[in-house]
Amino acid sequence: MIVELGHFALILACLLSFIQGTFPLYGALKNRGRLMSLSAPAAYGQFFFVAISFFALMYAFIVSDFSVVNVAKNSHTLKPLLYKISATWGSHEGSILFWAFVLALYGAMVAYFGRRLPKSFHVTVLAVQAMVGFGFYLFLLLTSNPFERVFPFPMEGNGLNPLLQDPGLAFHPPLLYMGYVGLSVTFSFAVGALIAGRVDAAWARWVRPWTLLAWCFLTAGLSLGSWWAYYELGWGGWWFWDPVENAAFMPWLVATGLLHSAIVVEKRDTLKAWTILLAIIAFSFSLLGTFIVRSGVLTSVHAFATDPERGVFILAFLFLVIGGSLLLFAMRADRLQPGGLFAPVSRESMLVINNLLLSVAALVVLFGTLYPLLRDALTGDKITVGPPFFNMAFGFLMIPLLLVMGLGPSTNWKRADLVGLLGRLKFIMLAALLATIVIFYIVDGGEIMAAVWLGLGLWLLLSTLFEWAERVKLFKSGFMARIIRQPRASMGMSFGHLGLAIAVIGISGTSYWNLEHQDIMRYGDSASIGGYDVTLRDTDGIAGPNYTAVKATFDVSRDGSTITTLEPEARVYMTPPMPTTEAAILSTLSADLFVVIGEANNKEHTEWAVRLYYKPLQLWLWAGVAIMVLGGLISLSDRRFRMGAPTRGYK
Amino acid sequence: MNKFIPFAIFCAISLALYVGLSLNPSNIPSELINDPVPEFALTEVGSDTASFSSETLATEEDVIIMNFFASWCAPCYVEHPFLMELKNRGYKIYGVAYKDRARNITRFLEEQGNPYTQVGADENGRVGIEFGVYGMPETYIIKNGIIKYKHIGPILEMQFEDEFIPILESAR
Repeated sequence: MIVELGHFALILACLLSFIQGTFPLYGALKNRGRLMSLSAPAAYGQFFFVAISFFALMYAFIVSDFSVVNVAKNSHTLKPLLYKISATWGSHEGSILFWAFVLALYGAMVAYFGRRLPKSFHVTVLAVQAMVGFGFYLFLLLTSNPFERVFPFPMEGNGLNPLLQDPGLAFHPPLLYMGYVGLSVTFSFAVGALIAGRVDAAWARWVRPWTLLAWCFLTAGLSLGSWWAYYELGWGGWWFWDPVENAAFMPWLVATGLLHSAIVVEKRDTLKAWTILLAIIAFSFSLLGTFIVRSGVLTSVHAFATDPERGVFILAFLFLVIGGSLLLFAMRADRLQPGGLFAPVSRESMLVINNLLLSVAALVVLFGTLYPLLRDALTGDKITVGPPFFNMAFGFLMIPLLLVMGLGPSTNWKRADLVGLLGRLKFIMLAALLATIVIFYIVDGGEIMAAVWLGLGLWLLLSTLFEWAERVKLFKSGFMARIIRQPRASMGMSFGHLGLAIAVIGISGTSYWNLEHQDIMRYGDSASIGGYDVTLRDTDGIAGPNYTAVKATFDVSRDGSTITTLEPEARVYMTPPMPTTEAAILSTLSADLFVVIGEANNKEHTEWAVRLYYKPLQLWLWAGVAIMVLGGLISLSDRRFRMGAPTRGYK
Repeated sequence: MNKFIPFAIFCAISLALYVGLSLNPSNIPSELINDPVPEFALTEVGSDTASFSSETLATEEDVIIMNFFASWCAPCYVEHPFLMELKNRGYKIYGVAYKDRARNITRFLEEQGNPYTQVGADENGRVGIEFGVYGMPETYIIKNGIIKYKHIGPILEMQFEDEFIPILESAR
């Protein structure tokens, strides 16, 4: 009964999105007030019904209603409650329903917080949002209905991929989707502006908080996924340049660019067409990501249920939305007259460089991701593009980006003095260089690239702190008050850049100074890595709710004194049968010690395959990313961006 | 700047994706095509000596079929009757039981019939790894110890007609 209600509510939401996307838009074009006033109530109604639909599906998962195909395929009675709930968005159908749900949530938020926008513009934005939603509802109802029943129904479900049964991953997709879909708002605003033929500072002030919000979610979602890969896959890696990772990374790169170019539109009333284009591209990458993940067009370790027929549907939808908006852009962009002019050396130029580098980086990732496909389609050759390409090409672009990042915030708007700027920052450069040399001396050297990345990280760290100190006039009278009272957006920028600096330092450590040791160990055997001595004390067979496991106990000591015990597990899940590794990690500020227990090497189970990893500064990466998200949230709390605050100048 | 450039790029990408949809991503050719088989020596099921080895394949005069299978693999049960038929049609098939216990293999062959000239027991899966096997079942066509063709998944009758026979014929 509840399942049927959910299905019915989904159909209602679909109809409401159609209404929201058409009549009010017509009203806006013909200036008919009554048609326009349909818009916001339709947005609320749409959200209400899709929420009912989503929670009905969640209910079916919680009570394990196996008469629903989707539940039978993706759940199991023995699964812990958390994973029954997370299975709601873990399956193909459920994840698309979740997309639609989040899309409608953002639509309702725009309807509410944007109520002081000029009516016709508000209506246009909501109509664009609804049209995208309509496509997703049709996709659900026509090709991927999550409420489909099966009869006779199975007594037990198939279970969820055990790798995904992890708290980190339960929350990774919702965060990522909040980010992906958050970019839809920016997109709707951009298309709305193209239809209205007008972009100004107020528009940018409107777009920035939504972009920031989406960016925070994307950053958090990406890093949570990366963290999961780090501790769950058992290889100590945290980024694999896998097509699905890239699919989430490309919108992040473009959203980061958009975040910065919107500042230029807001402050200097220029770069308008470019910002609009970025807004369209950012969301296009979100949709493209969904297409890549859901259509099976690229092989990936993220082997989700794939189906070419669905692929054709998404591709057609993609073509309508992205192609349509890019065509609209091509026809209307000329109307967006740039305002303020700026000199080649200025804050604006720095932000333009940032935008160019980030966009090219996104294109490089796109190219690397699609190249195997293009090659296969044109010549039939099967190749894979792996980390070496991405690390080199992407890394090459990040070097100038990090250099400019250190300069940008200290540069004046309109026109800046490069010589003076470099003069002010030369001590910072020298300090970063010296610190790199000292660290290299202490750790006994390493690869050249390690020094480059470490140096860039330190440069960014120090220059960000320097800019902050100059801005708040540190140690001059009243500086405490200035620290607190500085605009939240500037504070957020400092945190954001600082976070990236810390993450870059972490990446240099964990990428270039990591150690690896594989061994067959008997009880009592020791292995040493990174100054730690790791001794296999014992193993034990244990049983969890839906798995059995071997749990090993390792004593970890340093310089003869015991520090801790680590207990990695090798689990074998029952439904579906699948082995997983649960690494045990000792995290400290200087390095992570990462221990994995493998299979027994002999029939008596006295010898075990053991893998040890030593990952310097790994914690810095996670901390840096967390600080970046914090910076985004601080910036979001800036008074200028209070979503309900009245906007001036947009008439 | 020409404002139509983004649209044009997008059209090209869409076209590539559309073509990509019709490709089969699991269709990956073996790196070992036209290379000699990796060296191996396996105990034959039911004996104690390493009597089935890469040497066996290299000295084999006929074009042979080499089939990786396991008793724990459901698609192998689907494929098995067809292997029996191939044996009756006069093809020579060698088997490698991948990550399986001798007892289970023996029972599997007793129940399902034995189409194999020889069956090697690859208990720890090492030979499978050397061959680049990543799904059960997988089948190779081998001539004079040289790998000519690799097929992933159970062999269906139609596929055998379309894919195997031309290669078996040309290799003869």
